[in-house]
Amino acid sequence: MSILAQQLVLGLLIGGLYGLAASGLSLIFGVMKVLNVAHGELIMLGGYGAFWLVALLGLDPFLTLALVIPGALLLGVGLYWGLFGFVVRADEETRVKNSLLIGFGLALALHALAVRLWTADERSVPTPYGGAVFTVGPLSIPAVRLLSLAIAFALILTLQLLLTRWRWGKAIRATAEDWQAALLTGIDVRRAYLLAFAMGTALAGAAGTLVTIGYSVSPSIGLEWTLKALIVVVLAGLGSMLGTFVGGLVLGVAEAASAAAFGGPYREVIGLVIFVVVLVVRPRGLFGR
Amino acid sequence: MVGREVGRPLLEVGGLEVAHGDVRALGGVSVFVGAGEIVALLGPNGAGKSTLLNSVAGLLRPRAGTIRFDGEDLGHVHAHQIVERGLALVPEGRRLFGGMTVEDNLELGAFAERARAGRRASLERVFALFPVLAERRRVTVSALSGGQQQMVAVGRALMTNPRLLMLDEPSLGIAPQLVTAILAALVAINRTGVGIFLVEQNVHAALGLAHRGYVLENGRIVGEGTGAALLRDDHVRRAYLGPLAVRP
Repeated sequence: MSILAQQLVLGLLIGGLYGLAASGLSLIFGVMKVLNVAHGELIMLGGYGAFWLVALLGLDPFLTLALVIPGALLLGVGLYWGLFGFVVRADEETRVKNSLLIGFGLALALHALAVRLWTADERSVPTPYGGAVFTVGPLSIPAVRLLSLAIAFALILTLQLLLTRWRWGKAIRATAEDWQAALLTGIDVRRAYLLAFAMGTALAGAAGTLVTIGYSVSPSIGLEWTLKALIVVVLAGLGSMLGTFVGGLVLGVAEAASAAAFGGPYREVIGLVIFVVVLVVRPRGLFGR
Repeated sequence: MVGREVGRPLLEVGGLEVAHGDVRALGGVSVFVGAGEIVALLGPNGAGKSTLLNSVAGLLRPRAGTIRFDGEDLGHVHAHQIVERGLALVPEGRRLFGGMTVEDNLELGAFAERARAGRRASLERVFALFPVLAERRRVTVSALSGGQQQMVAVGRALMTNPRLLMLDEPSLGIAPQLVTAILAALVAINRTGVGIFLVEQNVHAALGLAHRGYVLENGRIVGEGTGAALLRDDHVRRAYLGPLAVRP
């Protein structure tokens, strides 16, 4: 029993990262109607960014977020200008198709680049407090993962506040709901797209940093994280970032439960089951509009 | 305002041709709206009325023809910058941001630079025009009735601080007493010097308040005149006011 509880707690902890990983994908898809299948590779890049900053500058791993997030924001601007910005000129159906092609190409390129730069080995960054564990009754909670969860939640909350309070945040939501109506209120829709894409990339970078700190990074983690993020987006639905976070927690716990019930290999299956069931039973997701 | 030629129309559309794919929607339409004027645009479904308004607002790219606003060619001006010039459209079907509150919708109307500084005053103006919106300012728009949503749509366009307000069928699908309230609001808005270009299926009401009107059929202007003259016009009566309206 306590083993199961322990597994569920660990599931909850990684679920927060699923939520954070999904929030960027959800933001970009919701606003631009563009599916960036290279999202996982952006997470991977964020992870290596953190790894680099720790190795070269000796920064505290969590502090690297202060550099990785702005760096990823700029990368997002570059990717929008260089690649994804061309897609939004098409109608919505063509957008999704073209963005898939661009995303797959980008994913392959980034994967190859990462192998070249950092080899195919798994890397992690040690934290000085890495071994610290909180004990609550029979449960032991790794401090680093708990802190990661808290940071993930704080980032999602910040995003939610930006989207509801900031002038351009409201413009981004308006564009997501109806881009033509947004144009008619004087919103530069292209700039809203750019902001959403850059913010989504920054969130991927942050997620990658936390993944590398609590778990590990390698050039090939991209697809796995894209899939997790996609499952959470489908599960939670579009339109609510807090809902996306909760969706991530649900996926983490569900994975842990299915691994405990049916054995380790089934950890990956439950997500796909959720994916299909949600699409059949409630296509707009748990919290979607 | 300085330097504008006296008597020059605020909006001039000349020889406008627009196609949806291969289908011609407008075949050489020329209309104008003077500053402070109310102009009605009549015509059956599919005549191209919405196409004309959407083209002027920059949502559609014309094949040929010119659109001038206050003398400036809008041919290569982006839709969001057209709003910045003082030209606003209340689109067909309202197109509100349904997940947001009344207040958020109205404040987004003041997104353009020209509108930002005066947005408090504009908000008061909208609330004075539609007091019910002040009461319901924190309500999510999708929870409002159709008529109240239309008020938000007109209010959102007013928040852009327009010099010319275009409306695409504002009375579509709303209760008759609210139609009256909205049309009365348009007259009040016009009294403050804002030009109105109105597409309206309620021909009697539209021509009753319009200074002038155009009749658009099959992508061409087939009639124009003062509101009173069009109301007396046999073709208009037969086509838009029903057979009973034609007196022998």
